[in-house]
Amino acid sequence: MKPAPFDYLRAHSVGEAVRALADADGDGKIIAGGQSLLPVLALRMARPRLLVDINRIPGLSTITPVDGGVRLGALVRHARLAGQTAHPLLAEAARWIGHTAIRSRGTSGGSIAHADPAAELPVVAAALEATIHIAGPGGTRATTATELFTGPLETTLAEDEMITAIDLPSPQRWGFAEFSRRHGDFGLVTVVAAEVAGRWRLALGGVGGVPLRPAEAEHLLNDGAPVEQVAAAAAAAVTPSGDIHASAEYRRAMTEEFTRRALTPDTERAAA
Amino acid sequence: MNVEFTVNGTRHEADVEPRRTLADALRDDLGLTGTHLGCEHGVCGACTVLVDGEPVRACLMLAVQADGSSITTVEGLAGDDGTLHPLQEAFSAHHGLQCGFCTPGMLMSALDLLHRETRPCRERIREELSGNICRCTGYVGIVDAVQAAAEEMDSA
Repeated sequence: MKPAPFDYLRAHSVGEAVRALADADGDGKIIAGGQSLLPVLALRMARPRLLVDINRIPGLSTITPVDGGVRLGALVRHARLAGQTAHPLLAEAARWIGHTAIRSRGTSGGSIAHADPAAELPVVAAALEATIHIAGPGGTRATTATELFTGPLETTLAEDEMITAIDLPSPQRWGFAEFSRRHGDFGLVTVVAAEVAGRWRLALGGVGGVPLRPAEAEHLLNDGAPVEQVAAAAAAAVTPSGDIHASAEYRRAMTEEFTRRALTPDTERAAA
Repeated sequence: MNVEFTVNGTRHEADVEPRRTLADALRDDLGLTGTHLGCEHGVCGACTVLVDGEPVRACLMLAVQADGSSITTVEGLAGDDGTLHPLQEAFSAHHGLQCGFCTPGMLMSALDLLHRETRPCRERIREELSGNICRCTGYVGIVDAVQAAAEEMDSA
């Protein structure tokens, strides 16, 4: 299956990229790693008139320390994220993204912009209350992960905007647990727990249209409730849909179990 | 658009449509049909090649994006005199291929793994090859072959 024809522009600056998107009048798409976009094009689920390639824009590939965390440039590849030591939760999450050949091309900005509720980075961004930096023809703005994700593959990004960077605080303590049928597949359930500035947050992936924050479970966790009670509250907060891979009941049960695992240190789990 | 890249040490130029994937450019424009196309949306791994030393799905990269890159395909594994690479020898010796369709992708993914780890355990080999699908389900022979090649290359 081959993509439908499109024009191609290799952008050399963020300004050039967003101007090209604006000129395309809603019929342009950014391409970075292309690991989600190219399958969509090959299946002709999308037929944009213009692809704007941002891979050669300088300055978007850095990981820099920013107060209390890291700033990921939009073009930071998953392989690089998996190998860095500045942010261990991000490294762990990145190791669960696809396969090696996918991780060498796929980018942080692309994963957030694609907003797949079963993908790892959106769940981490939700748990860490990430700040997303966005550029458009009229200037720049910042938003939160919660505000950005509005539905499966849907965000508040305008047609002429692109993500330039993502700020993620470094948690004091954290847990990451994912279940997938085969290593590298999308998670049926992904659970991220992170303690930032003394407060725990939980985010659940794969069990809703966007990464979910189970408010009651977070509340119980911060009140020092037993892990079993927190896990039960997380499961009660989701109404997943069933598909060929897993029924809704199974996904809810896995939400409970993997919330428990995300909140149980490896040493305790191994001893149990 | 005109693109220029080096494939297995040889410089090539091609005039490609923007929608042309790297896999199609390699196969149809350069005649390097060792790179196989299975699913064409990044699932099967048969089209895996190395671009600037990193493994990529050639069906998920546009040829125009590879402009200026150095690419290694399965044709680049054997020596100039036809001597097979230790991985190719091991796939043959350990029954690592049946129909052979997935073999180029398996070889390139395994090559990348052995570039990064000299003696990966069987679990690591399985994990790293999990993105390559063998429809003959010949995985045991493939894992045997990669392990044997790792030993051969490490002791060489």
